[in-house]
Amino acid sequence: MNLTLNIWRQDGPEAPGRMVTYQLADVSGDMSFLEMLDVLNESLITKGEEPIAFDSDCREGICGMCGLMISGNAHGPVTTTTCQLHMREFHDGDSITIEPWRADAFPMIKDLVVDRSSFDRIIQAGGFISANTGSAPEAHSVPVEKRKADRAFEAAACIGCGACVAACPNASAMLFMGAKVTHLGELPQGQPERYARVVKMVAQHDHEGFGGCTNTGACADACPKEIPLDVINTLNRDLRGALGRGR
Amino acid sequence: MSETIPTPGTPLAADAAASVDGGLVHGLYRDGDKIADTAAPAGPIDKKWTTRKFEAHLVNPANRRKLSVIIVGTGLAGGAAAATLGEAGYHVKSFCYQDSPRRAHSIAAQGGINAAKNYKEDGDSTHRLFYDTVKGGDYRSRETNVYRLAEVSANIIDQCVAQGVPFAREYGGLLDNRSFGGVQVSRTFYARGQTGQQLLIGAYQALERQVAAGTVTSYTRHEMLELVVVDGRARGIIARDMVTGEIQTHLADVVVLATGGYGNVFFLSTNAMGSNVTAGWRAHRKGAYFGNPCYTQIHPTCIPVSGDHQSKLTLMSESLRNDGRIWVPKRREDCEKDPRDIPEEDRDYYLERIYPSFGNLVPRDIASRQAKNVCDEGRGVGPKVGDFRRGVYLDFTDALKRMSAEAVGEKYGNLLDMYHRITGDNPYEVPMRIYPAVHYTMGGLWVDYDLQSNVPGLFVTGEANFSDHGANRLGASALMQGLADGYFVLPNTIRDYLSHAPYPAVSEDHPAVVEARDAVQRRVDTLLSINGERTVDSFHKELGHIMWEYCGMERSEEGLRKGIDLIRSLRAEFWRNVRVLGAADTLNQSLEKAGRVADFLELGELMCIDALHRRESCGGHFRAESQTEDGEALRHDDGYLYVAAWEFGGSPDGGDTGIPILHKEDLVYQAIELKQRSYK
Repeated sequence: MNLTLNIWRQDGPEAPGRMVTYQLADVSGDMSFLEMLDVLNESLITKGEEPIAFDSDCREGICGMCGLMISGNAHGPVTTTTCQLHMREFHDGDSITIEPWRADAFPMIKDLVVDRSSFDRIIQAGGFISANTGSAPEAHSVPVEKRKADRAFEAAACIGCGACVAACPNASAMLFMGAKVTHLGELPQGQPERYARVVKMVAQHDHEGFGGCTNTGACADACPKEIPLDVINTLNRDLRGALGRGR
Repeated sequence: MSETIPTPGTPLAADAAASVDGGLVHGLYRDGDKIADTAAPAGPIDKKWTTRKFEAHLVNPANRRKLSVIIVGTGLAGGAAAATLGEAGYHVKSFCYQDSPRRAHSIAAQGGINAAKNYKEDGDSTHRLFYDTVKGGDYRSRETNVYRLAEVSANIIDQCVAQGVPFAREYGGLLDNRSFGGVQVSRTFYARGQTGQQLLIGAYQALERQVAAGTVTSYTRHEMLELVVVDGRARGIIARDMVTGEIQTHLADVVVLATGGYGNVFFLSTNAMGSNVTAGWRAHRKGAYFGNPCYTQIHPTCIPVSGDHQSKLTLMSESLRNDGRIWVPKRREDCEKDPRDIPEEDRDYYLERIYPSFGNLVPRDIASRQAKNVCDEGRGVGPKVGDFRRGVYLDFTDALKRMSAEAVGEKYGNLLDMYHRITGDNPYEVPMRIYPAVHYTMGGLWVDYDLQSNVPGLFVTGEANFSDHGANRLGASALMQGLADGYFVLPNTIRDYLSHAPYPAVSEDHPAVVEARDAVQRRVDTLLSINGERTVDSFHKELGHIMWEYCGMERSEEGLRKGIDLIRSLRAEFWRNVRVLGAADTLNQSLEKAGRVADFLELGELMCIDALHRRESCGGHFRAESQTEDGEALRHDDGYLYVAAWEFGGSPDGGDTGIPILHKEDLVYQAIELKQRSYK
């Protein structure tokens, strides 16, 4: 198939950005979206133009490194990561717009690459269970109800890609944060720090410049791992609980 | 399982066939002195680790913050070590090339992690896990290291559960286990098909907790480009900030490389796009021995290549082999047919035919090689890529009849969905197609029992070292090794090294530091100034073709010699004709790739030399000249019961690779009897 690609180019954090249009011919439906960009980049280098910078690593939908806004949809038209999106989802003659995640808390680096280290700092604030190496009791000493273990797993499937933020009209990271609060809060091991955790993480989230949540649900729609919207309810419930305890 | 005593050496074995010409063996390398591991204490194998931990000197808690540790890589081995050493109070600097430590490629491991918990009361024990791992590695790993791995495996599960890793559980709330990778006990802990992800997130969270505590400083989007060796000791690294391009000097009391495997030398592999050998290769050029570089694991259940645009290969957990049946048509003329139209009697379920007792569950190396064999016979399926069809069917039709679609979905749903998404074919309706792909490299930098390389102060953990998997890695043991090294082994052994610290202060003006920094700068400048005709990827792809063709699943002396010649000329062309655009002082992904491919072009040659010198078939390394009458791998314990540890023979500062020097570490098995593997 032949495609028209409108791609955001920006030389650096302070440089002005612009949309540049490229024509790409003979795209196979078996290519992943990123392989399609690889092919474009090879042709740009051959022509002496600098290739388009974009992030990716595992290319199997689990590391969370890739993420593009594709014609207005985070990770494109189907529920998956950009690296697992395949060109058979598109048609000959399509015009596709490709942009980076846009959020104040994700500063621009270059072209389609942004800085998501704010996510790491939210985890640093409290997204963990304090269990020093060597201090753990025998694994079977604390049984975990299967229902809770399954819900913890479902929330723990978050890959930290940032699609939730990119899709949110307020650039809020509540789904990302709710997923971590739910993962750890469902487990008995996570109880001692449960309320302190949520308060610290929310404070860091706001400090980073993420927006407030207005329950639009755009985050869960965009999430490639289908993290359910109700993790935000869990977060809010724990936050109310924490504030009620005077934390 | 039947096991036979090895046949005595055949004329092909060992050095009998090695020609020595002008001091060069096979015209390619020199023989060096033998080496041995001197770090493991004496005593019975089940007491060695306890003894070593006791004998390792202590570091006063008040002194720890004055001691600095550089850890490169944030996967299971690096992330766990950084977190643990931070908790202990050392001053840790953690480096990764990704934008977050959470993205290291350990995250992509699907299947599970072994531990000798014996929760199923099915006869498992530390000794059995040890035995299975040594046997699975085809008796080419170091016994003492593997025993310790099995010994600490149970602690890993305890640690991960305490961190909140959501392992699969039974209705009673206890942990579930499954049997994995052809072993006969259920010792594999798992979190659906995302075990690596969950374990890595556990280590990542522990690491970030230490970042918040101020013990660990995290350097993301930083790439190590050189090792700093001062007065014979590893004292730091030169790293490039991949966003600003700044060349930075980081000095410390000790350096740990936890930088993963080098499967991307094949271009197509299941590794992440950024996975590379640069950190390890730079250390090799500075004196660290490279152990068994040719030992590569080719994983049988990957999604086949679909075309020239392919950038990576995707693995599907081999747990699919528990219920899927592997076959190809008996006749070549059926290969183009819709598989559903090929009647039962015209199908060749070749693994079940050749290995009736293990069937589809034979180890990875055997499943991979047989897939290659049937495709080489012209019975491969799927679209032609080049002149060949490279695929075999993995068929769930019987399982769907036996178990219902719901039950199959419950067990394998995420994998089948992934296959559907990538190929566009629905595995509930049409048999899947699979083909082997490069997955894991057992080789790596040589280390002793303490995980210290032959360069004092340079420790190497996880996939980056050579030690635990011999010539073939068993399923669910990579995660085990990464976390064993990171949480439990390294923090104890590095303590002994640090107890002799602080080492003399090194300034950034020290000649060795300046030299390393200048070398990095020169290389960056050179790559940007060549301005030739070919892209970095085109060189990488060509190297990958050479490696796959001549140093892949089956190797021969003739092919390897050809491979070496091709790599040498490709490397020469690279430095003459590569085109890297853009600038040094900005994010420049072509420049990053160029540096990595330059190192792969040197490593590839050493892999071929190692493969050529080892005239035996063992584990994932199959030599055409060394097989039984019915085409099975034939090992030669009389000639090759050793680790090949290669010393870099060229100038460390630049120039070409010189003549490598082979140091042999004899493998001594005292706790295990050597046997020839047989899965028939």
